Amino acid sequence: MSLITDFIARAEVFAKESGQSLSTVSRKLLNDGKGLSRLKEGGQCTLKTLDAARAKLSKMEVELTVNSSLNMTHLDRLEAESIHIMREVAAQCDNPVMLYSVGKDSSVMLHLAEKAFYPSKPPFPLMHVDTTWKFKEMIEFRNRRAKAVGMDLIVHINQDGVRDGVGPFTHGSAVHTDVMKTQGLKQALDAHKFDAAFGGARRDEEKSRAKERIFSFRSEAHRWDAKNQRPELWNIYNTRVNKGESMRVFPLSNWTELDIWQYIYKEKIDIPSLYLSKKRPVVEKDGVLILVDDDRMPIGPNEKVEEKMVRFRTLGCYPLTGAVESEAVTLPDVIQEMLLTTTSERQGRVIDQDAGASMEQKKEEGYF
Amino acid sequence: MSHMDDLIAKDIHAYLTAQEHKSFLRFITCGSVDDGKSTLIGRLLYDAKLIYEDQLAKIETDSKKSGTQGDKIDLALLVDGLAAEREQGITIDVAYRFFSTDKRKFIVADTPGHVQYTRNMATGASTADVAVLLIDARYGVQDQTRRHAYIVSLLGVKHVVVAINKMDLNGFDQSIYNEIEVEFREFAKALNFAEITCIPMSALDGDNVTTQSENAPWYKGPSLLDYLEHVDVNAASLDAPFRMPVQWVNRPNLNFRGFSGTIASGTVSVGDEIIVIPSGKRSSVKEIVTYGGNKDVAVEGMAVTLTLTDEIDISRGDIICRKDHPSEQSDQFQAHILWMDERELYPGRQYLLKTTNKTVPASVSNLKHRVDINDFSEVAAKTLGLNEIGVTTLSLSAPIAFDPYNINRNTGSFIIIDKQTNQTVGVGMIEYALRRASNVVWQDLDVNKAVRSEQKNQKPVLLWFTGLSGSGKSTIANLVEKKLLDLGRHTYTLDGDNVRHGLNRDLGFTKEDRVENIRRIGEVARLMVDAGLITIASFISPYRAERQMARGLLAEREFVEIYVNTPLDVAEKRDVKGLYAKARAGEIKNFTGIDSEYQAPKNPEIEVNTVKMSADKAAEMIVAYLEKHGYLSGFET
Repeated sequence: MSLITDFIARAEVFAKESGQSLSTVSRKLLNDGKGLSRLKEGGQCTLKTLDAARAKLSKMEVELTVNSSLNMTHLDRLEAESIHIMREVAAQCDNPVMLYSVGKDSSVMLHLAEKAFYPSKPPFPLMHVDTTWKFKEMIEFRNRRAKAVGMDLIVHINQDGVRDGVGPFTHGSAVHTDVMKTQGLKQALDAHKFDAAFGGARRDEEKSRAKERIFSFRSEAHRWDAKNQRPELWNIYNTRVNKGESMRVFPLSNWTELDIWQYIYKEKIDIPSLYLSKKRPVVEKDGVLILVDDDRMPIGPNEKVEEKMVRFRTLGCYPLTGAVESEAVTLPDVIQEMLLTTTSERQGRVIDQDAGASMEQKKEEGYF
Repeated sequence: MSHMDDLIAKDIHAYLTAQEHKSFLRFITCGSVDDGKSTLIGRLLYDAKLIYEDQLAKIETDSKKSGTQGDKIDLALLVDGLAAEREQGITIDVAYRFFSTDKRKFIVADTPGHVQYTRNMATGASTADVAVLLIDARYGVQDQTRRHAYIVSLLGVKHVVVAINKMDLNGFDQSIYNEIEVEFREFAKALNFAEITCIPMSALDGDNVTTQSENAPWYKGPSLLDYLEHVDVNAASLDAPFRMPVQWVNRPNLNFRGFSGTIASGTVSVGDEIIVIPSGKRSSVKEIVTYGGNKDVAVEGMAVTLTLTDEIDISRGDIICRKDHPSEQSDQFQAHILWMDERELYPGRQYLLKTTNKTVPASVSNLKHRVDINDFSEVAAKTLGLNEIGVTTLSLSAPIAFDPYNINRNTGSFIIIDKQTNQTVGVGMIEYALRRASNVVWQDLDVNKAVRSEQKNQKPVLLWFTGLSGSGKSTIANLVEKKLLDLGRHTYTLDGDNVRHGLNRDLGFTKEDRVENIRRIGEVARLMVDAGLITIASFISPYRAERQMARGLLAEREFVEIYVNTPLDVAEKRDVKGLYAKARAGEIKNFTGIDSEYQAPKNPEIEVNTVKMSADKAAEMIVAYLEKHGYLSGFET
């Protein structure tokens, strides 16, 4: 009797550790999905059957221990995929660049680049398209990180926009984003003749992104044609472009927001402290809390600056990025809050609150 | 939202640690238009509580505007992303969706069912471990079902779930379900799936999607989500032979030379002996370098950098393999190709072929047949159009390392790129090399007759035509050569015209000179056979002894004597060149048949009677003989 009880106990432990259901394990051991539960309820079997099943179980237990030491978790797999993509670009493209936007996704991307080419430094520069309206802390953080990693940092500002005094408060978010971000990016890519640019976009961010390829082709005018994308099979990427054309490459395509946070936590990746809550001066504009980051911020007669415990879920131009009130002062707190929250990430971004397909349209026009 | 795990609120650290050990599964959903794929995915996300409130609010508004489900929420709107699709109400491209449960993280490729979008389905299937095939219970197994099943099997997906959907419309009638299951299993026998699981379902109402349905008490199997959480797809056992395609050579300074790549199969440990394919160079593993520290062992899927104990030349495109189990290498293959471009595939045209780590110019040397994916039959074809699948032979300008696709997806796949447009125009799966290297020691392999003839895809042979002047030897020989050329064989013809004026211009027609003539021809023919050619000699060669001498110069079965038997009176009557007349008039001395003897062969391999048979028929008979006796048995053309 104790042989059977012992056997059932071991099988149950095995099921739990291997993540298989008891009936699956039962099928494998006894060639019968209900066999284990019958034994458990006092059923009997021949000694020969039991011996065979016990031998099989021992073998499966050994395999499980060997496997689990080498098992790749979902984060390991995502990491390996991203590294593969980055190496492919380094090996195949003449003049790649990594677009660095200073946010959490960029931080993960930069960390992955360090891993991909270690012990070499990533064989491409970083580039930041500065709209001149980024959070002050982002700029400090950017300079510090680039120096620490030892990569060249290219900072591009659209001087036409500066000359015309373009800004979100004077020209509105649409014009500002188009001139300082979209046009600025095109200028920078053209000026340096980059043939591949890494971006930190994820497919889970937004619906049209879900269909974009990892290696996303752009015409000479930087346009994306959703209906004419290159098929992308296995992990074989077509990196060929004609002169003037380029690729946007998204090594984080298959990551989700939760993956990003988990990875930052696991790998202890440095991110701007704007993601963590602290008392910051904010003004409420159209129901959105905006940080008073510098004195260019116009304060209306009915608006008042308040000190509030706030953090940011995404980072961009400070006048276009809404803060959320929060008590999350550590990374786990932030993740906890994110997991318990019920609104999706991009709601904090003013740019998305247009019609359904706006992002798709913007991308066709050359927005990253 | 997701993960209603109490741990999130209670102990976030413990939760994060637990989440780190989730496994990973990629699957694809496919089915005909309106089978409800998007609805099913929307249902999975919805039931797993993975939809944010603001997304849901938007879907509710959109459902009223463009939904197709009346008052119910149209969950398909969650996944139909592109604006054009919303208007047409169909999905037109592959969309990737992400969700996770406490056990697994999932990536779903949502692929279109519309007939012209086969290529997108193949795209989704190429990275999927499991395929979920939807069947509308009202219509059963359709042409589309067959096509999709074929494509996922072609792309190497081993686990299939047949989701028999819309069972709510027949009140979960078990007999309807059984009929469909039997029909599917019957035709799927031809498709090499490791496992087929059928589930009765209503994606619209959620029956058997994430939880067991009460509407189908007769069904005892798992719900879809239950299946997906538990299916064991790690067929990639640790015993598979080690392969690492070198992607990038890591050279930060003169003291470090590493080879970076993602392990395509098997495991590697420090100290393992390795061989590099195609160069055949050997060494052993010194270190397995990663940013997080050196490892002792690495396994399939890991992106690592290897250093070796010897300084050997390795570059991108090479595959590092376990020494005692190397990959194959070749520059000619048989492969399945799925064409993905509006402009057709043309055999003979130069394209670029890209494997996981190497790009080489290549052309389709032969399109053997197209596969009709409705009944899997073979159809003759000259080109492949968009979404068509064919079996082809490929010729590459340089050899590549590879494994057959059914053994290793990573090292057996390739894409085809158009040289002018840079578009990805097709994809392929290698079946086998046409020119097989029987062992792996290529650097030791001599170039010899066997290798040369294998390269020419034939068995070299000397076809010796003998017979009287004007018997029709040259006419038949020329026809044979033409037919062989049409079959893609490599030939050369030696005859009086090209031998007498050069090599043998010092010889006359005395008996001695005739013997020397045949000896020289025999020697030249032997060299040509050694070069791998099907060599044709067309000479009167009247003496048995000389023909026997020529035969003796060649190996067994490399000499085929063809006696063109035309009676003297017939040959003399034909007298194409007027030679008989001259000989009769005494203007030509030693003319065979007139004043010189012709010794007819006693046991020729082939005898042609030109009185009874036309030259063309004779040539056909000779080619048939060659085919029958294996001289043309390289790959089929």
